[in-house]
Amino acid sequence: MSILVLAEHDNTSLKSATLHAVTAAQKIGGDIHVLVAGSGAQAAADAAAKVAGVAKVLLADDAIYAHALAENVAQLIVGLAANYSHVLSAATVNGKNILPRAAALLDVQQISEISAVESPDTFVRPTYAGNALTTVQSSDKIKVVTVRATAFDAASETGGSAAVEKVASAGDAGLSKFLGQEVQKTERPELTSARIVVSGGRGMQSGENFKMLEEVADKLGAAVGASRAAVDAGFVPNDYQVGQTGKIVAPELYVAVGISGAIQHLAGMKDSKVIVAINKDEDAPIFQVADYGLVADLFTAVPELAKELGK
Amino acid sequence: MKVLVAVKRVIDANVKVRVKADGTGVETQNVKMSMNPFCEIATEEAVRLKEAGKATEIVAVSLGGAQCAETIRTALAMGADRGIHVQTDVELQPLAVAKLLMAVVEKEQPGLVILGKQAIDDDANQTGQMLSALLGWPQATFASKLVLNDNNTANVTREVDGGLETIEVKTPFIMTTDLRLNEPRYASLPNIMKAKKKPIDALTPEQLGVDPTPRLKTLKVSEPPKRQAGVKVGSVAELVDKLKNEAKVI
Repeated sequence: MSILVLAEHDNTSLKSATLHAVTAAQKIGGDIHVLVAGSGAQAAADAAAKVAGVAKVLLADDAIYAHALAENVAQLIVGLAANYSHVLSAATVNGKNILPRAAALLDVQQISEISAVESPDTFVRPTYAGNALTTVQSSDKIKVVTVRATAFDAASETGGSAAVEKVASAGDAGLSKFLGQEVQKTERPELTSARIVVSGGRGMQSGENFKMLEEVADKLGAAVGASRAAVDAGFVPNDYQVGQTGKIVAPELYVAVGISGAIQHLAGMKDSKVIVAINKDEDAPIFQVADYGLVADLFTAVPELAKELGK
Repeated sequence: MKVLVAVKRVIDANVKVRVKADGTGVETQNVKMSMNPFCEIATEEAVRLKEAGKATEIVAVSLGGAQCAETIRTALAMGADRGIHVQTDVELQPLAVAKLLMAVVEKEQPGLVILGKQAIDDDANQTGQMLSALLGWPQATFASKLVLNDNNTANVTREVDGGLETIEVKTPFIMTTDLRLNEPRYASLPNIMKAKKKPIDALTPEQLGVDPTPRLKTLKVSEPPKRQAGVKVGSVAELVDKLKNEAKVI
């Protein structure tokens, strides 16, 4: 059995999501090959080659892979898939965009966002915003699977010494074109891999008020997240959203500030190790999942917290 | 341009879902059902295109048992012109849905198909991508903004992990909706009445030449481990002390 893992990377480095997908591949068992599709992506491929447990890295280096357009990357995967029993990717936006397209071209019913591997053909996945865990068995010849990163530990970034093999580009499908991006630059850790996350909700009242949370986050070395309500209200950009259809996080510590705790938000953070809730409404559902709850006005509690952490 | 919208009937987003005691699925008896929220956004976008004079006709498609007709009526009340109901009681998985929709697309020849990015029941996030693969069309997933250009292309802004990204796709294409694309309207009473007179065609998978047999067998549905509520702390100082000395996370 051989498993192909699609790498999440930015050409110069490997994203940590890939490390979690590699661990899921190890649980399935078999030779693990990592596919790096990129443009000028030798550095990312070299990083993948050092990951513990990786047997081989396939590098498809072509300008058409610079922005991971689904039409082109899916075509590349389809050309390689016949050699593999499984094709995996972390359930990042890219993974979710590309893998179902490859699965359909292979006539395979994909298994989305697995949280556990029962056997090489049987997987557990959360459904209904994480309110049910569904165990499914696939009868397809090739299993196409996306992996919920928070459910699997990260493989070690070092210890491997896989060979990097170049593979040919599958060509440009000519269906879509990358025009541009608006990416927020931040010094803070990435939301999905941060050890601590501080999130704000509708209770923050404005984007300006998020500065209070940022001050706390910076004292803790934390990432800043948000509920859907705060994103919809325009307080913060879309990539801050934690929840069922946003980012799934499971940090050591999750601090929810002014977040009521809708089912859809809980789906994105309830696997955090320790949850803190600060909310002035003592009946807010967030307190039902919080290890430590503080019923208080956030506008006094958050500055106080920043001060206390600075001591 | 004709626009096709796919709409799914799901357990309402505000219902607390309960796993059945026998582990075969979740309780759906006497549970409120609604249109999947992302499908509402898809329908709204189509209606706005028609109101802007860019879409000529909106066809709403739903697949499944008899009650899916209610979901199609909801789309018709929001402003879709007619419905197609692919009737089947077989459990439909995304690949089968994509194949059935492909057959409908081949009959209807729309210039754009809009779907929700994800259904809030199976949380699969696959159907739009699969449909575009089968048709050989471009896919613009997780869309937060759509601009139709004059030269048979469209610019679509997508919600991605680091922020926003804009791509250009050729028409015809598939778009899947993210939350910020629009805010769906509530259907007005007169429009709900009008919707009752709009036509819904019924089709079967056999008529479309598609075998919808599921590829994934559900072995078990179980409840996730429950989180217990912890303690309330009286002050910020107490909170920080607990995090440092009890939970040891800071």
